[in-house]
Amino acid sequence: MENISTAGNKGKGVRSDCFITLELTKRGGIQLQVESKVAVMYGDDIRKNALEILDFFGIKNASIKIEDSGALTLVIAARIEAAIKKLMKTDQDYLFPVIDENLYKTTRDCNRFSRLYLPGNSPSLMINAGIHNPDGIILDLEDAVAPDKKDEARFLVRNALCGIDFYGAERMVRINQGQRGLDDLDYVIPYNVNLILLPKCERPEQILAVNKKITDIRHPASSIRHPVWIMPIIESALGVINAFAIAGSADNVVALAIGLEDYTADLGTRRTVEGSESFFARSMVVNAARAAGIQPIDSVFSDVGDMEGLRQNVLRSKALGFDGMGCIHPRQIVVIHETFAPTPEEIEKAKKIVFAFHKAQEKGLGVVALGTKMIDPPVVKRALNTINLAQKMNKLAENWRETYEEI
Amino acid sequence: MRKYDKLVTNAAGRIVPTIINGKPAVPFMGVGKYKPNGYRTAPKLASCADYPADGNKVIPNLKEALLKAGLRNGITISTHHHFRNGDLVATQIFDIAHELGFKDLMWYPSASFPCHESLTKYLEDGTINHIEGSMNGALGKFTSEGKMKGLGVLRSHGGRYQAVQDGEVHIDIAVIAAPTADPFGDANGVNGPAACGPLGFALVDSQYADKVIVVTDNLVPFPCVPWQINGNYVDYVVVLDKIGIPEKIISGTTEVTKSPDRLLLAEWSAKFCDEAGLIYDGFSFQAGAGGTALSIGIYFSEILRKRGWKARFARGGSNKYLVKMLEEGLVEYILDGQTFDLDGVRSMRDNPHHTWTSPFTSYNYHGKGNFSSMVDIVILGATEVDVNFNANVVTHSDGYLLHGIGGWQNTLFGKCVILPIPLFRDRMPVIRDEVTTICGPGELIDVIVTERGIAINPRRTDLIEKMKNSSLPIKTIGELKAEAEKICGVPAKPKFTDEVVAVVKWVDGTVLDSIYRIAT
Repeated sequence: MENISTAGNKGKGVRSDCFITLELTKRGGIQLQVESKVAVMYGDDIRKNALEILDFFGIKNASIKIEDSGALTLVIAARIEAAIKKLMKTDQDYLFPVIDENLYKTTRDCNRFSRLYLPGNSPSLMINAGIHNPDGIILDLEDAVAPDKKDEARFLVRNALCGIDFYGAERMVRINQGQRGLDDLDYVIPYNVNLILLPKCERPEQILAVNKKITDIRHPASSIRHPVWIMPIIESALGVINAFAIAGSADNVVALAIGLEDYTADLGTRRTVEGSESFFARSMVVNAARAAGIQPIDSVFSDVGDMEGLRQNVLRSKALGFDGMGCIHPRQIVVIHETFAPTPEEIEKAKKIVFAFHKAQEKGLGVVALGTKMIDPPVVKRALNTINLAQKMNKLAENWRETYEEI
Repeated sequence: MRKYDKLVTNAAGRIVPTIINGKPAVPFMGVGKYKPNGYRTAPKLASCADYPADGNKVIPNLKEALLKAGLRNGITISTHHHFRNGDLVATQIFDIAHELGFKDLMWYPSASFPCHESLTKYLEDGTINHIEGSMNGALGKFTSEGKMKGLGVLRSHGGRYQAVQDGEVHIDIAVIAAPTADPFGDANGVNGPAACGPLGFALVDSQYADKVIVVTDNLVPFPCVPWQINGNYVDYVVVLDKIGIPEKIISGTTEVTKSPDRLLLAEWSAKFCDEAGLIYDGFSFQAGAGGTALSIGIYFSEILRKRGWKARFARGGSNKYLVKMLEEGLVEYILDGQTFDLDGVRSMRDNPHHTWTSPFTSYNYHGKGNFSSMVDIVILGATEVDVNFNANVVTHSDGYLLHGIGGWQNTLFGKCVILPIPLFRDRMPVIRDEVTTICGPGELIDVIVTERGIAINPRRTDLIEKMKNSSLPIKTIGELKAEAEKICGVPAKPKFTDEVVAVVKWVDGTVLDSIYRIAT
C-alpha cells in the first residue's frame, strides 16, 4: 500500500468540508497541522477529535494535515477515516451514535411527492436539506459522486445518516450499480436508512440480491429493526419491459421510479420537453406500479431555474398517474408539493363523495349515492385518498365532517 | 499622545475609553439617555470677495488644490463612498500627501472598501495616523492586529453627520468626488460616466469643512442641474480623467439570492411581516442591499399585488427591484440614500417620486427627528446576535474587525427591526451568549429569522401575541442557540489582549463598545 493518502475537498467554493493529507510514518509520533477558517472557535476541538480518531485506529506515528473550510465534526471524522482506510486494513469503524431525531421509521405508503437528491460527497448540501421540508432526501452514492471519490463518500453518507437531522424527511440512499452497490449497503443499513434506491434495475434478481445482503448485514442482532424499503429505478428498455416483475419482486418494494436520462440514451434517442419519446416507458412504470399496488415515481426536471416549466411537468406527471418525482434543487420542492397536492376543486368533490359514503355506511346501505347518481367503489376509494392527502398536507381539517354542510 | 485613556464601564456593561485620540468622549448611557447641550458647530465665514466673480473655481490638478486648501501635517481629510469599490479618488489624495511627506493625517471616509487596501502602507509609514469611519477587510485586519497608530473610531452614517455637526470631528479638507459638476462647484451624482445616484454622504462635509474640493470627470458649464451639492460651499474644482470605475460602482452584491437557504429566510421574513400585520395599505419599509433583503422585496410585492395595496414609501438602498416596485405602483416613493445600479440612477434622475436623501434627513440623531423612526419594517443583517438580542455588524466571531456600521445603527429606530440570518455559517453559530462587539442594543432589535426557527424579542409581547397561532416555527432565542450548538459544537471565544484598537460610537456620539487587539 501507499503511505500517503488524501480525502475530502478544498479550494474555492468548497464549504463545510475539509481536505485531509495523511502520511503514516515509522517514528516521530503524531504531527498534526490544522488550517481552519474557524480555527479561533473550533481549532482545539478539531485537534482533539483528530488525535482521538488516530488513537482509535491505533496509529502512533503519522503526519496529518487538515485544511478545513468549516466542516462539522462528523464530516472531519469521515474524511480522516477515509484517508486512514486508504492506507491500512482494519475492521474498526469510527462511528457516531444515530441521534434520537433520526430513529424514526417510514411507512410503506407515506407521501413521496418529492425526494431531494444530495450528492454523497458534498456535506454543505446535506446540512440544511431537511429545512426545505422534502418528503425524502437521497444521499446519492451513484452518479452524483466522481468515480475516485466513491470510497470516501461512503463514510460521509454513513455519518450523515447517523448525525445530520433531516427533520423527518424519509432518509434514502441511492447505491451504486452491481457489486459496488451491494458493498455500499454495509455503510448504510445499520444506521436506520429508511429506503434504498436501486439504480438501473432490470431484473427481479437484483432486488433479491439487495434483500439478501440486507438480511446478512442485519443478522448479528442490530438494535434498529425498522423496515428498509426499496425503490428500484427503471432506466433502460429491459427495465421497462420487466417493470411489473420488478415491482412485485419483494414485499419491501414500495415504489417504482423512472430515470429518463439513461432510458432515452438506451433507446438511442434524446429527452425532449414534451417527452413523447418516454411516454410508453412512463405509462409502463405507472401501470406496473399500480398493478403491484406500489407508488409510481417520476424522473427529475433538470432546469432548476424554470419553475413554470417544472409546474407544467408536474401537471403532466400527475395526469399520467405518478405519485411523486425527484428534485435536484430545494426550491423545486414547494412547486412539486403544491402541484401534486389535491386542488381545492378536487378536495370539494372528494368531500361530497366521502360524506355520502359515511352517510351510507351509517345507514347500513351498501350503495353510495350522490343525489340520484350511484358512486362506484373505486371512485369512493380515490375520494378517500384525496381527503387523506389533503389532511396530511394541512389543506383540510381532520374534523371537517363535523362542520360539513351537505349541498 | 496616548491612543486612549480613562476606561469606564458604560450602560451596556462594556469597558470603553473616555479619552479618545486626546479628546474627551462620553460613555454610552442608554438609548435616548444622552442629551446634547449648546449649539451646532459653525463653519468658518467666507467672503465672495475671495472667490472668482465669474464662478470659475477650476484648479489644474488635485495636488495644487490640496496645497491651496492647506494640506499639512495632522489634519483631517474626508472622502465618500458613493463609488463604493470603484473609488479612484481617496487613494490619490494620500498618494499626494505621501509624496509631499505629510504625516499624521486623519482619514474620515463615510465608508471604506477593498479598493482602499493600498492605504495600509500609509497607515504603516505614518502618513495616515488613524481612520474614523469604517475599516473594512484589510484595513479592519490591520486595525485588529494593533498596527494603526491612532485609535480607530467606527460611526454610523447618521453618527458621521452628528459628529461633524456637534463639533466632535473637524474636517479640514473635504474632497467630494462628483460624477457631474460645474466650475462653480455645483455637483450631482445622477449624470456622467461615473453616475452613482445621490451625493448625500458628502452633504455634511460640504456644509462644515474648512475647505471643500469637488473632483469630477464630467465638467459641464454652469449650471449643473440638479445641484445635490451647492457650489456656494465649494472652494476648488478639479477635473480628472476618471474618478471611478463604473462597473465597480454598481455593486455586485445586489442580485436576488439564488441560495435556497437564504430564499427560505426571505420567504419566512415576509410571511412573518404579513402574519404579524406589519404590512398594510400605506406601510413603509427599509430595503437593504443584500441578496436576502432584495428577495424579501419580491415577496412583499406578491403580497401587495394580491391585496391591491401600496407601500407609501421605501427607504433604501435602491436598485432595479425597488425601481420595478415603484414603476409598477406598489411603492409610491423611494427615499434613496445610495443607489446600487443604473436602473436606480435612471429612476432617481427621471422620476420625481424617487428622491435622494442624506444622513441629515434620514439618520442624524441630534436633529428635530429623522426618517428612520417612521419606517414600519426594517430588514437588516448581522454577524452575530446574542441571547439578549444585542447585535454585532463590525467584528466576526473570530474577533477580527471586518465591516463598517453603515446606516445599520440608525435604522434600528424603525418600528419593527427584523434580522434574517442563517443560524450558522459553515460551522460558525450566529447566536452567542454575548456578542463580540455590541453595535446595536437588544432593546431595538425585535425579530431574528433563521432557517431553523424565528425568535421574537420578549419585549415585543404584541408580536408574540399576534404570532401565537402562526404556522411559522416560532422559538425562543435560547432554543435556537442550543440547536446551533448541537450541530456545530460550542465555539470557543476569540483571544484578545487588553489593548483597545478601535471604538464603536452610538448614534448620539457616546461610546458603545471597544474593539480589542487580537492576541497572536
